[in-house]
Amino acid sequence: MLDLLVFLPLLAAIGLAALPRLPDTAARAALVAVTGVELLLALGLWWRYEPGGGVTGQIAYQRQLQWIPSVDSGYHVGVDGLSLPLLLLTAGVFFCCALYAWREQLRPRTFAVLLLFLETTCLGVFASLDLILFFVFFDLSIVGMYFLIAGWGHGQAARSALKFFLYTFLGSLALLVGFLALFAGSDPHTFDMVQLAQDPPLQGRPVAGGLALLAIGLGLAIKTPTVPFHTWLPPAHTDAPAVGSAILAGVLLKMGTYGFVRIAMPMLPEAWRSWAVIAVVLGAVGVLYGALVALAQTDLKRMIAYTSVAHMGYVLLALGAAGMLGGTDAEARTVAVTGAVTQMVSHGFITAALFLLAGVLQDRAGSYDLGSYGGLFSSAPRFAGLFAVGAFASLGLPGFSGFIAEFQVLAGSLGSAPVGVVVALLGLLVTAALFLVAINRLLLGEPGSLSARVSDLRPSELAGVVPLLGLALLLGVLPRPMLDLIEPSARVVVELVSR
Amino acid sequence: MNEDPVALLPELILLLGAAAVLLLGSFLPRQRQWVARLVTVGLLVASAVAAAVALAGADRLVFDDTFAVDPITATARLVGTLSGLLVLGILAEDVHGDQRESEQYVLLLLAVLGTQALAASNDLIVLAVAYLLASVPLYALAGAARDRRGTEAALKTYLLGAFLGIAMLLGITLLFGAAGGTGYGLLAGVDAEQQPVVAVAVVALLAGLAFKGGFVPGHFWVPDVADAARPGAAALLTTIPKVGGLLAAYRVLDAVPDDVVDWPLLIALLAALTMTLGNLAAFGQDSARRLLGWSTVSQAGYLLMAVAVAGRSELALPSLALYLAAYAVTNLGAFAVVAALPHAQRLAEYRNLAATRPALALSLLVLLLGLVGTPPTAVFVGKLTVFAAAFEGGFGWLVVIAAVNTVASLFYYLRWLGPVFAREGGAQAAPPQIRPVAQASAIAAAAASVLLGVGAGSVLAWAG
Repeated sequence: MLDLLVFLPLLAAIGLAALPRLPDTAARAALVAVTGVELLLALGLWWRYEPGGGVTGQIAYQRQLQWIPSVDSGYHVGVDGLSLPLLLLTAGVFFCCALYAWREQLRPRTFAVLLLFLETTCLGVFASLDLILFFVFFDLSIVGMYFLIAGWGHGQAARSALKFFLYTFLGSLALLVGFLALFAGSDPHTFDMVQLAQDPPLQGRPVAGGLALLAIGLGLAIKTPTVPFHTWLPPAHTDAPAVGSAILAGVLLKMGTYGFVRIAMPMLPEAWRSWAVIAVVLGAVGVLYGALVALAQTDLKRMIAYTSVAHMGYVLLALGAAGMLGGTDAEARTVAVTGAVTQMVSHGFITAALFLLAGVLQDRAGSYDLGSYGGLFSSAPRFAGLFAVGAFASLGLPGFSGFIAEFQVLAGSLGSAPVGVVVALLGLLVTAALFLVAINRLLLGEPGSLSARVSDLRPSELAGVVPLLGLALLLGVLPRPMLDLIEPSARVVVELVSR
Repeated sequence: MNEDPVALLPELILLLGAAAVLLLGSFLPRQRQWVARLVTVGLLVASAVAAAVALAGADRLVFDDTFAVDPITATARLVGTLSGLLVLGILAEDVHGDQRESEQYVLLLLAVLGTQALAASNDLIVLAVAYLLASVPLYALAGAARDRRGTEAALKTYLLGAFLGIAMLLGITLLFGAAGGTGYGLLAGVDAEQQPVVAVAVVALLAGLAFKGGFVPGHFWVPDVADAARPGAAALLTTIPKVGGLLAAYRVLDAVPDDVVDWPLLIALLAALTMTLGNLAAFGQDSARRLLGWSTVSQAGYLLMAVAVAGRSELALPSLALYLAAYAVTNLGAFAVVAALPHAQRLAEYRNLAATRPALALSLLVLLLGLVGTPPTAVFVGKLTVFAAAFEGGFGWLVVIAAVNTVASLFYYLRWLGPVFAREGGAQAAPPQIRPVAQASAIAAAAASVLLGVGAGSVLAWAG
């Protein structure tokens, strides 16, 4: 069933590509139908999920086929409590984006092909249990996103897409070098994630392990993005189409943070412990810096982009704290890792919704300039209401998923990284301030020069945004099922990293 | 004596066939030269089949140990003949009706034969002969268009080939003196006292192989030929000699003890230089073919990484074989796209291709991203295994340089893809004139590069 989940969108994309005469409506319907089936499949995986074999004791739905046996790399997939939440997130975000894109006028068939291709690559990254397979999907997701930005973006789309491609491609090559170091350090040589986690390579070789972690960490940090490797993100978001931004922020960024939990921590435990303080510092600085820069933005999309940098900072902070064994116990570290994974899911839903809402402004008035709007509460009440909900969810208001995630991150990290937590708390305050400022400028006060052009949300836009925010609310009110899924795997990661 | 002509069946088919096609072409009227083409296809297929059949046999040395029949030779045979078939598709429309049509088929057959002989030779004298056999057809092919630029490129190639060939002969002479014979087997006997002589000899020998392999310092002719010769000839000249040159370098260097001459380091440095130079030079190119020419130089750099770890990593030979096959099909495919669009020379002239010729544009996308090393194409698996081999062989720094170069190369390939997928202009523009056989070759190459990537496991299995 996992194979079907990963490859169904690709098959559908090939089918759509082979039918050039297909009417636009049929292409749109196919996109919605396939992403809808994907969501059902992902929910089905969760429903039938039974923790099984593998080193984490949690991996289910495994399948292993040979691909390049001479370097022991193959098609090896499976899911556990770390990847299943992200598979659900991916399927959910893509379905909502498909609904939102119902009115896409520019080459809808090609758009659907690209979106479905992208969905396969994203699901593939999270399902992979082989480093090379992971890399294949990771790289192809960059190619897909490049064409989405270049083909459907606005402004300096070609330039931003190129910057995105080159920068993240650099990251992926750094990742590949790191993978090769893991390969060369393992005995017998393998690219299989389960084996590498079971018997971590380069233990007791601090220099080689540190360099491998440097390469892998650099690759993942660029993807996440972590300060100071985040400069590709704001232009990519600003010029990307709304759906592209939602997927980029909602799903693609998670590949970086997921890589830390899935690859860096279990496979290089010793190096991770030695250098955890760097993750803590970059994470805490990222939270504060991202929030401060976001506060200074006048462009709505750039602002949301920088809050993404801040929100990813929490993840890194928690993962770094989980690698610092002093002054804390396994339980606290488990809480931190659980919080990090929850934050990935929570940020995915909330930010995707915010970017889709920002896309409405571009669609109606062609500008993201906060100063040109105002008083949207009276002229576009549904837009304004949903934006306010999204903003409050993003700043971590209790009752939304962001609160659950950030609370766990901070509580779990307090013992080992108190300074980092204090810095992050400052960032939390700034984030709250910046969203209130944005609400004030966008929704309240006198109408701005472009406010009159903002008509309220259309049904397709509502259908895309409401479920995303609904899920954020659901996760905030009833977090237990999701946490029950994540916690056992988080505990295993903590055990693995303390070897 | 181990004189078994059957062991050299793939080569003999090409040799006798080339003579036959030459005669046949002289007697055929101009309109019926397609017969010669058909015969050439048959010969290449027959040679490939003979090579495939020979795979089952054990490794051995024949003809007084001057020829080796082993995975290295098999790689040259298969990649050479199959590349030859693809080249035929690319130059089909180029040479059709040309005064010298059948002669070019003969030259193609001889070029493939020369590359096979280069890779198979296990004796320095045979290597020298193979070098000439592999080079002379290239000079003629480079200038086959008989225009001013083609002639210039041919002359440049000839001068460089002659000069570096003489350096190679010098190296062979010195090695003969040092080892006391010309067989590769004797090279293992050189000892540390002979280090200066052997070092000079290896460097001089490498000069000739650098010309064939298109790596620094013998790379100067590559971009000129790529730009000035006809697309089909350019495709052949940038692909088929590389196969022979790199495999020959692998075989001869593997025979030289690396504690006498530290050739792995020398090759690693040349690899780093070659890939960096090729990439930097490709940046500013505006002509699609010259860009491809420099890109083939950078690819030679990645290929050299596998040569640098010959004998140090079990993956060295399998990865070299796979990368050569992957490179050949991908590079030929890219030249096929160029050949399919005779009126597009500059990158900007590919504007809007995605709207007017979607199949060709998609093939170009797959091929160029393939040259970057994007999974799951064949070059990706080739790069991956070559990188892994270099890592195992202790050249981690070279892998880092290669990775940085890969990122840099993405930039100029995207400079080409940018216009292809540019949106402005709309789809109403008339589709550019194309050559159908070349287009079919491009699409086939793109498909093959993906299939070879997905099925790479089995290719590596036999080459290992």
